Amino acid sequence: MNGAEQAAAAARKQDIRSRWLLSAPALLIIFVAAVGPLFVMLLYSFMVKGDYGDVKLGEFSLEGWTSVFFQRDIFDDTLGLADAHLSIIWRSIQLSFFTTVLTVILGFPTAYFIATRPPHTREIWVFLVTIPFWTNLLIRTFAMQQVIRNEGLLNNALMWLGVIKSPLQIMYTDTANLLGMTYVYLPLMVLPLYASIEKLDFRLVEAGYDLYATRFQVLRRIVIPLVRPGIVAGSILVFIPSLGAYVIPRVLGGGKNMMLGNLIEMQFGSGRNWPLGAAMSITLMVLVTVALIFYVRNASRGGAGHV
Amino acid sequence: MSRSRFDIRAQPGFGFITLFTFFALYLPIAALVVYSFNGAESLSQWGGFSSRWFVAAWQNSAVQDAAIRSLVIALWAAGLATVAALMAALATTRTAPYRGQTLKYALINQPLMVPEIVTAVALLIVFSRIKVWTGYSGLGYLVLAHTAFCIPFAYLPIRARLESMDLTLERAAADLYATRWKTFRHVTLPLLRPAVIAGFMLAFVISLDDVVITEFVKSGGQDTLPTYMLGQLRRETTPEINAIATVFLALSTVLVVIFFFINRKKQ
Repeated sequence: MNGAEQAAAAARKQDIRSRWLLSAPALLIIFVAAVGPLFVMLLYSFMVKGDYGDVKLGEFSLEGWTSVFFQRDIFDDTLGLADAHLSIIWRSIQLSFFTTVLTVILGFPTAYFIATRPPHTREIWVFLVTIPFWTNLLIRTFAMQQVIRNEGLLNNALMWLGVIKSPLQIMYTDTANLLGMTYVYLPLMVLPLYASIEKLDFRLVEAGYDLYATRFQVLRRIVIPLVRPGIVAGSILVFIPSLGAYVIPRVLGGGKNMMLGNLIEMQFGSGRNWPLGAAMSITLMVLVTVALIFYVRNASRGGAGHV
Repeated sequence: MSRSRFDIRAQPGFGFITLFTFFALYLPIAALVVYSFNGAESLSQWGGFSSRWFVAAWQNSAVQDAAIRSLVIALWAAGLATVAALMAALATTRTAPYRGQTLKYALINQPLMVPEIVTAVALLIVFSRIKVWTGYSGLGYLVLAHTAFCIPFAYLPIRARLESMDLTLERAAADLYATRWKTFRHVTLPLLRPAVIAGFMLAFVISLDDVVITEFVKSGGQDTLPTYMLGQLRRETTPEINAIATVFLALSTVLVVIFFFINRKKQ
């Protein structure tokens, strides 16, 4: 190695060092107030629960983890499945899935329609999707409540039209959760779908029509396969926050229609079982990670559409 | 070209669904705003147009406290997050890949990957322990927690801007014997200004909007506007909540519109 090379290598080393220093504050803050606590929580999930919440530091047990899925029978002490927990976890997965389906049904045609407008109008449409997206989640949930509550817009309109005689009870049901989540997360579906449809090469669509395809065939055999990465990305963006939803089921679902997020909160409130709550949080993270892995595998395969 | 020409882009019914989508997106917000001008005692009936609930909210000291606390936290968190994100963006762009760079990306974007409720609970665990050990239970915890999840949002536009800039101007400055600080101060920073402002505003809105993490981290009497509203929603609500929500809505819409125009000018 000659002198010039050595100097260059030294300069590069120095550069990398100063780059680490520069990024240190951001990394430190995120470590202290986001990543680090997750590890502490993992540790807590293996501890013995304290009598009034918290844990008994240093006393380890698997109780927190087993009680996510199993419960001891109070009479004969046998271990059975924790039906209450499992049904809430299952309900969260189901509701998140249906939310994703509903947002695709509404979001795909919307994104397609916007993407096929002239460029200038397109910008306005996208902007109109962005505004609700940036509006406070709690406010949007509350807005949904105005529509579906017993004296709300929907019931008043239906009664005025004479469709129903007495108000429909939508609030505090799973339907309320589903409507709320679809409403709140819809922009998260439209935006990535739009980004992917906008890049669509319409010469391929034209080629399809030249080969006597119908509109539906073009949609199913050409457009949808080509924009699949967008559909997958949007589905992930909707599915993951739905799975961890807390505010929406708390406001719209009420106590009987809890989702996983509310079940976790309960363990830190009236349940006073922090290890269980910690174990449930990690279960939620595992579910999210599974969804993400599914996404990565599909996104890499999605490239096949872009021949 | 005749109008009846076959449009290859059209799909039947899509326009109708789009109209429905936008109707569905805006109808609830419109209902919320309309009801905030309701003169009646409760939300269940319409008591004529009135701004009394805006006055009531304005004079409610709990609302005032919560609003001020929200703004203080958002200013601190967005400020700190923007500075940290700017430094991190300078450190992770415009260079050959180096060891640990992917780790940095992963760490910086981590708050986006984990469900908020999980982070909230983890912070509750850690901070409650620290509160016991140190006896300090001020706003610092909230500022720290908000700063962490604001960093990826502030980082996003700044990084995007940096990646579209090359090093020519900085090299020219260095050739003219500018120190690294002078180069940053007089060349890089002015070029980055729109992105820094955009990053700050994103972070500010994100902090202002947060419900879940704040709800779990706050100590007694540290309600922000969203957690105050969440607490009120448990009870029979009056149009006062609508009035607060309407003002909040107006504020964040204004911020988003400004953000939109800053970004547009850049392009």
